Amino acid sequence: MVQNSVLALSDYNLITRSGPFVGLRNFETVFGSSQFGKIIVNTFVFTTVSVVLLIVLGLLIALLLNQNLRGRNAARSILFSPTILAGAAIAIVWIYIFDPRFGFIYTILKPLGIPAPKWLTDPAWAMPAIIIVYVWKNLGYAAVIFIAGLQAIPRELYEAARVDGARAWERFWYVTLPGLSPVVFFLTVTTILSSFQAFDIINVMTEGGPVNATNTLIFHLYELFFQASSPSRAAVVANLLFVLMLIVTALQVRYLERQVNYA
Amino acid sequence: MRDVSLSTRRHTTQESLLGPHFWRYIQRALGYLGMFAVVLIVGIPVAWVLSGALKTNREIFSTTPQLLPANPNFDNFVKAWQAAPFDRFYVNSFITTLFGAGAEIIMAVTTAYALVFVRFPKRDWVFFLLLVALMVPREVVLVPNYLTIAGWKMVNTYPGIVLPGVSTAFGAFLLRQYFRTIPLDLIDAARVDGAGHLRTLWHVVLPVAAPAVATTALLSITAKWGEYIWPLLITTTEDMRTLPVGISRLLDQEGNTEWGVVMAGTLFVTVPVMLIFLYAQRFVVDGIAAGAVKG
Repeated sequence: MVQNSVLALSDYNLITRSGPFVGLRNFETVFGSSQFGKIIVNTFVFTTVSVVLLIVLGLLIALLLNQNLRGRNAARSILFSPTILAGAAIAIVWIYIFDPRFGFIYTILKPLGIPAPKWLTDPAWAMPAIIIVYVWKNLGYAAVIFIAGLQAIPRELYEAARVDGARAWERFWYVTLPGLSPVVFFLTVTTILSSFQAFDIINVMTEGGPVNATNTLIFHLYELFFQASSPSRAAVVANLLFVLMLIVTALQVRYLERQVNYA
Repeated sequence: MRDVSLSTRRHTTQESLLGPHFWRYIQRALGYLGMFAVVLIVGIPVAWVLSGALKTNREIFSTTPQLLPANPNFDNFVKAWQAAPFDRFYVNSFITTLFGAGAEIIMAVTTAYALVFVRFPKRDWVFFLLLVALMVPREVVLVPNYLTIAGWKMVNTYPGIVLPGVSTAFGAFLLRQYFRTIPLDLIDAARVDGAGHLRTLWHVVLPVAAPAVATTALLSITAKWGEYIWPLLITTTEDMRTLPVGISRLLDQEGNTEWGVVMAGTLFVTVPVMLIFLYAQRFVVDGIAAGAVKG
């Protein structure tokens, strides 16, 4: 991190391996560039939409799978499996699914007469496509954590609620949701942190394009370093990412310290 | 198992109107519907990969693509294997995963042990600092790491691929959560019997925490296997690429992607991990859940 900061304040040259101190000029270049606003918005949209979708869908699936059903453990494992697969491989598979001429979505939409969007080459559809793939990969993780959270809620609380005459939705609202709040928090934090790092899918599927539609901070960092050969400006982005993550992590630790067990 | 989200008891008026079992049936039906949806969500892309890998080019690039191959054949696997040096990719992935995951697990176990069972001043602060230091994702320290590795002349070598990935927070964090559930009496008993920290770790903590350690190990292995950005940057020649990087280059190099070949290639990457996961899935899924929920 120290090295990041030093780099950010200098004009480092990869070939001579040194650079003069230039103060905040790199920050001005990076923050002032015409695409930077777009990149911040993209990062924010990607993270927010992904987190909300993962939490909502994850909870729904967990509620369904938490019942006494035959084969539910198998379903849980199936759902979890994309989490462990290589992001690059998943991205490639989804390029083929999204392909506007030969892909799966085209194949099933064609007989219905609905035109398939040009997912990855259309600036309006590229970000949704990336989010779909990201959510697909991580949904199983969210669901598994939620299921565990549901099972950790003491049964006595439900019994007590029943004795008090609470209806099903009241029990959900006053027992299940509060009982899950640590899990929601945990998932929100971990998902925010990992969404900041979602590079493989973006690099393989869109390389930040079309016209920066899927360019996020992490991709911008890579772009500045390895395409523009500017470690100093990449370090500026790294510093920004670090500060953002530090804030999120600090929130989590404070919360964990405060939270005595809910059980 | 048990059912906590919705009621199966009959308290509400609707239930008495519609019969005692009505809501239970609805709930069941919804449950199975959910399970079906889950299998579809994951199953469709998987089926599409298999279908693509078994199709001929004519079927794939047809103007009226079909869902399933008419004459499944394995030509694409042969072509994929020949299209890139997959034998090298496998060797590279195997070596970097073995050493990377091995080192990471040892670090995680010892770190978690120290954080839970060794008393030292300001332990919570150390934990916080460690979390921060470890949670700084590798993507953020990409540039300094690259310059350091380049300074050590390790670009395009195995140590160059492995070293920066040795310390990550996730394993230590997960294990710490689990270690905290081990009764301190157990540790004290070992201490009274004269065991040092290493022996306590090896003979008491590890056997008790075996599921959590196995989970950490498996997650570490799958993460290393799927690692993308760092091997992409630090390897400069085709013969040092790992599988995920190699396979994505298969896609880049061809303007008109041969989907059948590429789908077969993605199976080269994913099948080994899938096999490990099939073997250990219950274990792992439970372990992850436990790590997250146990405060």
